[in-house]
Amino acid sequence: MNLLQVPPAPADGLTHTQQLLADDPIWLILIKVVGLFALGVVLTLFMINWERKVVGRMQHRPGPNRTGPGGWLQSLADGLKLAFKEDIMPALADKKVYFVAPIISTVPAFVAFSVIPFGGEVTIFGEQTVLQLVDIPVGVFVVLACSSIGVYGIVLGGWASGSPYSLMGALRSAAQVISYEIALGLSLVGVVLYAASGSTADIVAAQATGWYFWLLIPSFVVFVISMVGETNRAPFDLPEAESELVGGFHTEYSSLKFALFFLAEYVNMVTVSAMAVTLFLGGGMWPWPLSFLNAYGWMQFVAFIIKILLFLFVFIWLRGTLPRFRYDQFMKLGWKVLVPVMLVWIVAIFGIRAFQTSGGDNLVLLLSLIVFALAVVLAVAFLLPDREVEPPPVEPASDYPVPPLDLQVPTAPPKRRKAVPAGKSAGEGND
Amino acid sequence: MTVSLVQTALAQAAGEVSTGEAIAFWILGPVALAGALGLVFARHAVHAALLLVLTMFSIAVLYLVQTAPFLGFVQIIVYTGAVMMLFLFVLMLVGRDAKDSVIEVLRGQRAAALVFGVALAVMLVGGISRGLTEVTPAGLEAGGQGSYANVSGIGRLIFTDYLLPFELTAALLMVAALGAMVLTGSQGAQHSKIGQRETVLRRLRGEHARVSPLPGPGVYATANSVAVPALLPDGSIAPESLSEIIESVAVDVPDTTTPDAHALTGRPAPDRDIEAGEASDTGEHR
Repeated sequence: MNLLQVPPAPADGLTHTQQLLADDPIWLILIKVVGLFALGVVLTLFMINWERKVVGRMQHRPGPNRTGPGGWLQSLADGLKLAFKEDIMPALADKKVYFVAPIISTVPAFVAFSVIPFGGEVTIFGEQTVLQLVDIPVGVFVVLACSSIGVYGIVLGGWASGSPYSLMGALRSAAQVISYEIALGLSLVGVVLYAASGSTADIVAAQATGWYFWLLIPSFVVFVISMVGETNRAPFDLPEAESELVGGFHTEYSSLKFALFFLAEYVNMVTVSAMAVTLFLGGGMWPWPLSFLNAYGWMQFVAFIIKILLFLFVFIWLRGTLPRFRYDQFMKLGWKVLVPVMLVWIVAIFGIRAFQTSGGDNLVLLLSLIVFALAVVLAVAFLLPDREVEPPPVEPASDYPVPPLDLQVPTAPPKRRKAVPAGKSAGEGND
Repeated sequence: MTVSLVQTALAQAAGEVSTGEAIAFWILGPVALAGALGLVFARHAVHAALLLVLTMFSIAVLYLVQTAPFLGFVQIIVYTGAVMMLFLFVLMLVGRDAKDSVIEVLRGQRAAALVFGVALAVMLVGGISRGLTEVTPAGLEAGGQGSYANVSGIGRLIFTDYLLPFELTAALLMVAALGAMVLTGSQGAQHSKIGQRETVLRRLRGEHARVSPLPGPGVYATANSVAVPALLPDGSIAPESLSEIIESVAVDVPDTTTPDAHALTGRPAPDRDIEAGEASDTGEHR
C-alpha cells in the first residue's frame, strides 16, 4: 500500500455517489437547490429563536415567548419587520460597494451548502439519487473558498460604510479570518489523508469503520475552535464587538441589507457545523445501538440534522458562557497555539502512516515508539534549564506621596506574635 | 479578434470545445478582461483591488469549467481569499480617501515601464504562440487518472517527480516570511511595546503630562456624550476633557466661568464678574 494511495476508482473514474448525481434530471437538481435554500433559511429562523431561548434560560429568564406558539415565530416577525424598515444610505458611504457587500456576504454562505452530504441514497419521485447537490473531488475546498469569499462581504461592508467603527470591525474581520483559515485548513489535512479523498461523500463513506472524531481528536478540537473564529461568533465576535465598536462592520447597515448580514452569519454557522459533522462525526451515520437505521437514506438525513443541531447548541452555549477575547489574546491563540499544534500533529500523522505502510501492523511497536518519543520530549523539557526571570528593578518613586515600590512591611513584634491565635501565622496578613 | 483566434487555436489543439464550455468562456472572458481594464483605469485603489478580485474569480471559474477543480479552488482560496484580502487590508489602513497620486517619484519610470512592458509582451506572445502551435495537449486521460481523479494525480506528481521544485518553492516562501518577520521585529528596543507597569512607573517619574488620566467627558455635566465637555465642581469647563477630534457641543452650562477655588465654600469670589465675560466662550479651549 502506497502512502499516497489513490482510492480504487471504477472504470470511468466516477464513484457510486458521483454516478448517481450525474444521472440527476434537471428538475431534481432544481428541487435540491430550492430545498437547500429553504433548509438554510428555516434553520436560520429556528436558530435565532433557539439561541434567544437557550441564552434566556441560561440567564434565568424565559426568552421570547409571545409571538406564535411558544414564541417560535419571533424571528419570522423580526425578519418581516426588518424588511419594512427604512433603508439608510450613509452620506459618506461608497454607494456601489455598500450595496454589493451584503450580497457578497450571503451568496457564498448558501453556495457552500451544495457539497454537504446530507444523507444517503433515497428515491425522490421514482428517481434514485443522493441527498447532496454536487460531489466533486475537492469538496472540502469548496467550503474553505466560500468562507474566504464571504468575508469580503464583511470587509467591504465595513469599509464602504465610511465610519471608523465599521472600518475597525472590517479590519479585525480580515485579520481574523486570514489567521483562522490557516488553522482550519491544517485541521482538514488529517481527515483528507485518512480518507484519501477530498470529496465530502468519500470522507463520510470512509468513516463507516470509525468516526474521525475518535481517530483525529486534535484535528477535531482545532477545527471546532477555528470554526467559531471563522464565523465571528462569541467568544471570537471581535468584528462586531458591541461594547467596543457599537455594531462593528454592520453599524451603518439597516433594513434588508442588515438582514442579509444576519442571515449570512447564521447560514455560515449551519455550514461549518455541517462541515464538522461531515468531517468528524460520520455525516449521516447513526451510532452503534441505532446503526440499523443507516439503511434508510432519509433516516441518515435526520441523523445529520440532529448532529448539526448539536453543534449549533455548542455555539449558543459558548455565547451564553464565555466573555469575549481580547484581540491580541485571540491572535496569539490562533498563531502561537493552534497553528503549531496542528503542524506537529500533521507530522505525527505522517509518521504513523509511514510506519503503518512500511513496517506493517505491529501496534505494540508503534505504541512503544510513540511512548519513547514522548519520553524523550519530556526528558529534554525537564533537562533544559528554566529561563531566568529577572526580578523587576525597583524604580525610585517620584515626588508624589506614594509608598516606595520596594516597601517591606516588617513582621509583627514578638509580643503581638504571641497574641495571634494558634493556626494563624503572623506573616499571613503582612504581604 | 485575438480572443477568437486563441479560441479557434485551442479548439484545434484540444479537438473540440463543448457548447457549455464555449458559453462559459464567452461570459467569463469578457468579465475577466473588463476587470483587468478596470484595474488599470480605476481611480480609487480599493475599487482597483476589487476589480482585480473579479478578474481572478473569473479565471478561477474558467479553471473549474475546464475540469481543473483543484486549481480553481486553490486560485479562489489563495489569491482572492488570502492575497487580495491582505491587499485590501493595507488599502483600508491607508484610508478611504487616499487616491492614486499622479506625481512620478522615480526618474525615468515611464521609459523603464515601456521597455519592460514591451519585453514582457514579446515573451508572452512568444510563449503562447509556441504553446498553441508546437505543444500537443496530453489530455486528462493521459495520466491514466481520468478527470475525477486528477486531484490525486497532482498530489502524486508534486510529491514524486516534482518534489525538488516544490520543496524549493516552500523554502523560498519560508525565507520570505521569516525575512518579513525579522525586518519588522528587529527595529530595536525603542519600538518595543511598553507594558502596564512600565507605563505607571513613567507616569510617576513625571514623563507624562499628568499622573492621572484625562478627565472623561460629561463629568459633573448633565449629559454623558463624548462630545460634551466635563465640568469642574464650580461649573466651569475642564479644558482637558475636550477631545481634539470631536467637535464639542455647546453644553447647557449654568455658569461658565473660570475655575473658582471658592466655589465649594459658598462664598463668591471677589472678582468673579470680571472674569466671566472672558471665559464664556467654550471654543477657545479646543
